[in-house]
Order: sequence, then C-alpha cells, then structure tokens
Amino acid sequence: MQVARVVGDVVATRKDESLVGLRLMVLQPLDPSRRPLGRILVAADAAGAGVGEEVFFVRGREAAFPFYPVEPPVDAAIVGIIDHWPTDGAAGPTPARRAPDMKQP
Amino acid sequence: MIVGRVLGPLVASQKHRKFEGSTLLLVQPLGEGDAAIGPALLAVDTVGAGVHEKVLLVLDGRAAGDAMQKKAAPVDAAIVGIIDHVELA
Repeated sequence: MQVARVVGDVVATRKDESLVGLRLMVLQPLDPSRRPLGRILVAADAAGAGVGEEVFFVRGREAAFPFYPVEPPVDAAIVGIIDHWPTDGAAGPTPARRAPDMKQP
Repeated sequence: MIVGRVLGPLVASQKHRKFEGSTLLLVQPLGEGDAAIGPALLAVDTVGAGVHEKVLLVLDGRAAGDAMQKKAAPVDAAIVGIIDHVELA
C-alpha cells in the first residue's frame, strides 16, 4: 500500500457495468516528505475520500476486494483516509470538504 | 487505473483464441495536462471506445480478464471506461 493525496476525480458515463456507482479519484502518490512521488493514477474509492485529503491505497487485483461480491475491473483502490502519519515535518493536507451523502462502505 | 488516449485499432488475424471477438486498441497513456507519458500500449476494449477518445485503462491481468468476462485470458490491460472529463483540484 502507498500514501497519496486525492487531487481530482474522473467522470465516465460509458463504462464497465460493475464500475457504475463507484467514485473514481485521481491520486498523486506522496513520499514521506509529502512530495509528489511518481505519476498520477486513478483509483476506485472504498473509503469515502474527498479531493485534497491524504489517503492510502492498494494496487493490484486486491483493489477489487472492498467491493465484494461485485468484482469491478480495477487495479487501484483507496482503502483509508489518513488522520496523521509520520512525515518528516512538512505541512499537512489542505482541509477538504467531505461529501455529506457518502456512506462508508 | 490510468487515463489514456486511443490512437487506433490494431488488426491481427492470427491470435490466441481468447482474443476472438475482442477489439485491440493502441493507447497512449496520459499524465497531468493530458501530456503523453511513456510508450503507447495495447489494450483490449470492453466498452466500445473510438479513436481519439480519452479512456480509463486498467493495468492488471485479472482485472482486464474480468472486464472481458473471460477467465485466464492472456491480457494485461483493458479499457473499462470512456472519460467525459477529469477534474483536477
């Protein structure tokens, strides 16, 4: 698993049936100094994350597990929202507005 | 998943039987600002994407096989969505 900041979201009307209802978020992985690490990617949201929040995510087929018994074709999923983590002193995340109607799966 | 741009279809008459009925598209991965990142790759299309469309690409063998609804398909990438827009904060 890896730490990332949610930097955006993706809207796709035409998609695999099992992706319907999932939120797709754009993630920027972070290093322990909160600096961007590598390329951005798109992850399915299994934690109710909002833009600007720091999250941790899982890669690989395991990313589909939070949505069991549905098995959506995803290779990355947000599985937690970080309250705090041992960074080396850099500034914290910008506070994000949480989607009020988002239920926690 | 990553975002990509469809470059065009690839035609191959002779291929593994699991590819029968599937469309193979050459896709250019995109980064921030829709800049091309890295080499183009070949993905199975499961949603009917067209040339120049921006798509959602899954880069995992089993996920790609599930999208094709085939077990043990020799694939490692699939187009699973057509992107209307990406909103970056």
